[in-house]
Amino acid sequence: MTTRSPWRPVALLAGLVLLTAACGGGTTRSDVAAQQSSAPATAASASANPNAPLKQGLKIAFLPKQVNNPYFTIADEGGITAAKEFGGEGKEVGPSDASASSQVSYINTLIQQQQDAIVIAANDPNAVVPALKQAMAAGIKVVSFDSDTAPDGRHVFVNQAGAEDLGRTQVQLLAEQIGHKGKIAVLSATPNATNQNTWIEFMKDELSKPEYKDMELVKVAYGNDDDQKSFTETQGLLRSYPDLAGIISPTTVGIAAAARYLSESPSKGKVKLTGLGTPNQLRKFVKDGTIEAFELWNPADLGYLASYAAAALASGQITGAEGEKFKAGKLGEYTVGANGEVLLGKPTVFDKDNIDDFDF
Amino acid sequence: MNTVRRWEGLIFVLLVGVCVWASLGVDGFANGSNVSFLLLDTTEIALMALTMTLVIVAAEIDLSVASTLGLSCAVLGWLWNAGLPIEMIMPICLLVGALCGAVNGLLVTRLGLPSLAVTIGTFALFRGLAYVILGDQAVADLPPAYTGLATASIGPVPVATVLVAALAVVAAVVLHATGVGRAVFALGSNEEAAYFAGVRVKRIKFWLFVASGVMASLASLVYTFRYASARADNGMGLELAVVAAVLLGGVSIFGGRGTLPGVLMAVLLLGVVRNALILADVANEVLNFVTGLLLVASVLAPNLGAVWRRRTTPSVEGKSAS
Repeated sequence: MTTRSPWRPVALLAGLVLLTAACGGGTTRSDVAAQQSSAPATAASASANPNAPLKQGLKIAFLPKQVNNPYFTIADEGGITAAKEFGGEGKEVGPSDASASSQVSYINTLIQQQQDAIVIAANDPNAVVPALKQAMAAGIKVVSFDSDTAPDGRHVFVNQAGAEDLGRTQVQLLAEQIGHKGKIAVLSATPNATNQNTWIEFMKDELSKPEYKDMELVKVAYGNDDDQKSFTETQGLLRSYPDLAGIISPTTVGIAAAARYLSESPSKGKVKLTGLGTPNQLRKFVKDGTIEAFELWNPADLGYLASYAAAALASGQITGAEGEKFKAGKLGEYTVGANGEVLLGKPTVFDKDNIDDFDF
Repeated sequence: MNTVRRWEGLIFVLLVGVCVWASLGVDGFANGSNVSFLLLDTTEIALMALTMTLVIVAAEIDLSVASTLGLSCAVLGWLWNAGLPIEMIMPICLLVGALCGAVNGLLVTRLGLPSLAVTIGTFALFRGLAYVILGDQAVADLPPAYTGLATASIGPVPVATVLVAALAVVAAVVLHATGVGRAVFALGSNEEAAYFAGVRVKRIKFWLFVASGVMASLASLVYTFRYASARADNGMGLELAVVAAVLLGGVSIFGGRGTLPGVLMAVLLLGVVRNALILADVANEVLNFVTGLLLVASVLAPNLGAVWRRRTTPSVEGKSAS
């Protein structure tokens, strides 16, 4: 049998590649960078009227990273509540998997439904941008919340407590619990989660200060925001590092799974666990001593603020430019910061003394 | 052949029915930009379904297509970061796809391993390799000329759909109007008989896997430019959507039966159902439920007759065992 002829197309293709290479033509990464830096910066075109009243009957759609995630359910409910307050109509739609591209088809359908505003927590900061640009071209206002998109994909980004605050306070919380000493690990969401990665950077920075010289970050594990995976990752951490002093899990799914594992293991109370979680989800673990203290911003407030920001945009009160102010119902007045960012405020620490005051 | 035709007719009626229902009952379904979104959203699945049809008709399966797509995306992102021109990266990606397919093809034809097992293995292998190459990065600064082209439309018809249509014609001609196509059907229904009839079974199978790999990497180019994001986890889970569409299109999972028009209609049907249900604000769980139901029905219906015959006639195996 001749083995030469079947490989001819492959060789042909390889030849083609070499030919293109030899010609040296084509678009490279530096070409694109040069093009983009030479392109004029887009200025805010519309002008804001701070005294415009909020429009009635605004249709606002909340697009979470995934539906049936308790955190987003609470945040979106907060947003829908706000919409009711100002006489609008809010709804939550979204994919059941938190993959990069699944949000895009939802954005497209929201454009078809002619919503007034889309409030999105982006799974991938870039993959959603082309679709969001189309939405903006169709006159829809876009607010990102929780997880930002690339800045040209939205008008305003409603951020939780500042990333720096969150990253540093989680380390501080854990350090107090373990006496500033010992090996620690981080149980994160997916390896490309925008939020978690930023926080982890600040955690590492905080850990580099002299007061943490006896603490060592041994591993960042990824539970992919999946309960089972987070559970087994926790198990793996304890097996690989039997002398582990504490775990920080900056994701609601991760901390709950880690707590569930720890509460049934002999390490309960010995290996300290902290991070970001919701009171309802962790109440029993705080009461049984698995967790001393954890923190979070109030997600309902985050959704509430995002909803008001969307309404302010759709009513022409703000355009997303720095320095513009708008009122967000019970939360008071907020100012748009640099890059169209609006900050909710500092996180709340929950422990056995105050956890019963919160129901979300 | 008869049952296949009847099944295709059913899919066609379903497709038309769903379209009519959605046009009348769902706001925002029947307009140019929605049709354009809908077509664009099925591009990658349609591309991979073309070669998957041939593979499944030949009584094999390729579950590694989405992982090949991911690997090709990762290679694209990696080389782009390294500063290579995109015009050179694209053929390299196709080459990567061909290599992935060749690995599958060699394992199946030379070692005689079942393709189900082989491609479950390479499913994990290629995806893992993608993560090794690109890690958790997302490469997004791709040239606007290409990302623009991937989402551009001529009227309501996306450019990417034109590509799908052209390749569909090629695939349909190969499968239904050439000797190679007849050989694929022959070896799908009875490999041994085909072998003794002079069909070069191994060679054809090998090239089917290579074609499947190349198509997956072509889909990866569309995917990367469409979402302007090259990542190792691109297209995760897409292989199931592809196999689902092929089976729903009336291709027998046991090989030897099926047509390309049927598969293309099934791809469209799944796309339309999904789009219409999302537009109608139907929850995602219901969406998955409906897709699942269609799938089970598609596997069950063509085989109901066979199952019935087996139940009513005394089983041959039972006799030989006693």
